[in-house]
Amino acid sequence: MESALGIHRLHFAFTVTYHYLFPQLTMGLAPLLLLFKSLALWKQDERYNKAARFWAKIFAINFFFGVITGVPMEFQFGTNWSRFAQYSGGVIATALAMEGVFAFFLESSFLGVFLFGERRFGQKIHWLSALMVFLGSWISGFFIIVTDAWMQHPVGFEIGADGTAHLSSFWALLFNEWAFWQYIHNMGGAVITGAFAMAATGAFYVLSGRQEEYGRLFLRAGVIVAAIASLFQLWPSGDQHGRLVTQYQPITLAAMEGLFNTEAGAGIVLVGQPDTDRQKLDNPIHVPGALSFLTYRHWESVVKGLNDFPRDQWPDNIALLYYSYHIMVGLGTLFILIMAIAALLLWRRKLYESRWMLWILMLSFPFPYIANTAGWITAEVGRQPWVVYGLMRTANGYSSNVSAGNGLFSLLGFMGMYSLLSILFLLLLWRELMHGPAFLDEKG
Amino acid sequence: METIWFILVALMLTAYVVLDGFDLGVGILSPWVAKTPDERRLVQRTIGPVWDGNEVWLLAAGGALYFAFPLLYASSFSGFYLPLMMVLWLLMLRGIGVELRAHVDDPLAWTLCDFVFSLASLLLAIFFGAAIGNVVRGVPLGPDGYFFEPLWTDFRVGPHPGILDWYTVLTGVLALVTLAVHGAHYLAVKTEGEIQARSRRFAALGWITLVILTFLSLVASLSIRPGILERFRTDPWGWAIPVLVAASLAVMPIYRRRGRDREAFLASTAYIVGMLGGAAFALYPYLLPASTDPSFSLTVHNAKTGAYSLRVGLIWWMLGMVLAVGYCTFLYRSFRGKVSLQGEGY
Ligand code: HDD
Ligand code: HEM
Ligand code: HEM
Repeated sequence: MESALGIHRLHFAFTVTYHYLFPQLTMGLAPLLLLFKSLALWKQDERYNKAARFWAKIFAINFFFGVITGVPMEFQFGTNWSRFAQYSGGVIATALAMEGVFAFFLESSFLGVFLFGERRFGQKIHWLSALMVFLGSWISGFFIIVTDAWMQHPVGFEIGADGTAHLSSFWALLFNEWAFWQYIHNMGGAVITGAFAMAATGAFYVLSGRQEEYGRLFLRAGVIVAAIASLFQLWPSGDQHGRLVTQYQPITLAAMEGLFNTEAGAGIVLVGQPDTDRQKLDNPIHVPGALSFLTYRHWESVVKGLNDFPRDQWPDNIALLYYSYHIMVGLGTLFILIMAIAALLLWRRKLYESRWMLWILMLSFPFPYIANTAGWITAEVGRQPWVVYGLMRTANGYSSNVSAGNGLFSLLGFMGMYSLLSILFLLLLWRELMHGPAFLDEKG
Repeated sequence: METIWFILVALMLTAYVVLDGFDLGVGILSPWVAKTPDERRLVQRTIGPVWDGNEVWLLAAGGALYFAFPLLYASSFSGFYLPLMMVLWLLMLRGIGVELRAHVDDPLAWTLCDFVFSLASLLLAIFFGAAIGNVVRGVPLGPDGYFFEPLWTDFRVGPHPGILDWYTVLTGVLALVTLAVHGAHYLAVKTEGEIQARSRRFAALGWITLVILTFLSLVASLSIRPGILERFRTDPWGWAIPVLVAASLAVMPIYRRRGRDREAFLASTAYIVGMLGGAAFALYPYLLPASTDPSFSLTVHNAKTGAYSLRVGLIWWMLGMVLAVGYCTFLYRSFRGKVSLQGEGY
């Protein structure tokens, strides 16, 4: 990692991983806020409005951190990945620029109205502003995913006379098959984060005996939404996303699964440690035939292993790729389990008394963050050694005019800045949590 | 087609400078115009609901620039690596200064937030000015269209300059004063009483400085890029730009003395539009002139993206801009009028 390439990779990975901690909650809470506002209008129940106001405060803090960590992302294609930016700008800049004009303006304008305009504009407009904020954050996510999906599976372009990629079909870019499933799956992950956070807050209020009425409301909404979203994350969205990887990035698939040798009726590894030097998996526990079935729908199908591919096309960090994939899927399975039990208890009207379950719900809010981060690491490390799959190698994409020393300078700067941000974020969040929803009045 | 996009990108950047310019101006002036904690809070409220939306213009302009001229984006963002990273940190600090203040209720924390907010605003104004100075002066581009500029070398304008030399320091100070005056006009519109009176006094002081600096920077620009005059000869309508600049400078004190703050604010807006428009006019068709060998320069022709993209882009861009301008107008209308400490909000 002393090379300029290594520094630039670390730089981007660090800042984007940190950034994505915030949007996942923003995008996950936005539909829940809309849900509360809609229930308030429909049932004419002021409690839903108070709940919405409380979550709007959390949302606003989180959104703000998303904005200030997002701005550097938009710059970094140019600052740290200039060769890649030049090469692919003819295509991906369309998505990025569209995000700016279609999503950011929408979101930032209506968030102000949503936060400070409830009294001034009345409930109908306030509901509308919640809808707009929801749309803004989800549109923003869409264009970013379109960008990433093009890097994973480039479509709708041709190579121009200057050797760079030029857009040849606008619709092919937007309706990239990869973008569709990646988007669905990613938004599912965001909703899981939002719903887990809501359930955890509810559990916290009920367990600590404060504002219990709201605690129960949050538990109910959080558990139901999280249960649905967790199932959805496995099927159809995770399954379909996996199918695309199998089809277009078979090397990545083999590495994700820790499959070194081509096998018929390949099994799925539940646990095990890949050893890339000796090209085998230590201490494996298998489900025989499952991988073949999941990828090709036949228990006997042949799944290609890493050894069938040239070594210079292997992802360069197989162990990390393997672990992050297994962490994501493992946690995903766990989420389904937890939320199924919680939903059952809710249905049988026992949830609010089952303190053990409330403890689990309260303590599980960090895990969706881990799953989302692990998922992204799977996607991004799995794409290696390409920055644009099959077209441009990562080693040719970085800013060769920016030295390792200068890169390290700003990386350290960001690390310091983000440590500060983390402290501020936790402080602000804690304050709102202690206030709670019960005393919030309309504003503006 | 690329000329249209040159104009569109320039317009978006101008929109950013005009809108976020007054946020920065307010930040620069706040320690001087607001003395008590209540006054400080009031000053913050003038920009509270709008600063984030204003900053989006920078992102949108950056996005459009990347879209239309990928090579320019790739080359300039990596070449100006160090100052850009600092701009990013300053933008974060500025945001923290504004937002944190609204969320805490401790006088000590307010003082810190105000300080961070002002300092970040002040430095940002200087950085932006120096950036424009760098583009006008030219940068040490290589034959592949890339460069890397250190923060400073010997402060002379030569083939291997740093980000800071005497010329870009001058444009940085000019930007600082411009935005301070702009912010003072904005504050005078949005406030009453003591704060308004102080803002007007600062506007008066700033105006004299601005006239002097404008003249100096004009002379300096002509001395380092004599080619500018040539452009005026081929496109005589370009003379409208200096006329606009001079006229807006001339009317500023008149309006201020009559207490017509809104018109004074429009005058400083016109001044910014004129200055940036002048820079764009003088540069065209260059996007980033080379200080090394003029043939290495990036122009609208050699940095543009594919023709198909540019054509399709025009359609979605116009659609998006109609929406964006709609939201912004709605936002400003919702929060129009003088600010007060009554009521909830920032
Ligand atoms: C709460 C978050 C979460 C959970 C529980 C899951 N995922 Fe996931 N997954 C993501 C969050 C995520 C993500 C962050 O959204 C990723 C990273 C890139 C992307 O677009 O989505 C992703 C990517 C991703 C990929 C693509 C990897 C690549 O592009 O190389 C596959 C095949 C799966 N997931 C499959 C699954 C399966 C089978 C799951 C079973 C339960 C699962 N995910 C749970
Ligand atoms: C959708 C938006 C995203 C885009 C366009 C994007 C783009 C990129 C680019 C350009 C690189 C550097 C080149 C490379 O190393 O291949 C990269 C690397 C990386 N990104 Fe992403 N990224 C996105 C989202 C994310 C998110 C949300 C995460 C994590 C939460 C993430 C994690 C990483 C990691 C870990 C690397 C380093 C991979 C390596 O060097 O092996 N990315 N990404
Ligand atoms: C390299 C990748 C990324 C870039 C260039 C980027 C860029 C940005 C920028 C500039 C902002 C601030 C917008 C504002 O001022 O309102 C932002 C916020 C946001 N980003 Fe990212 N981002 C990246 C990764 C992601 C990913 C992977 C997602 C999710 C799919 C995402 C979703 C959002 C959302 C929803 C917001 C709104 C603010 C918030 O939610 O906190 N971004 N992003």
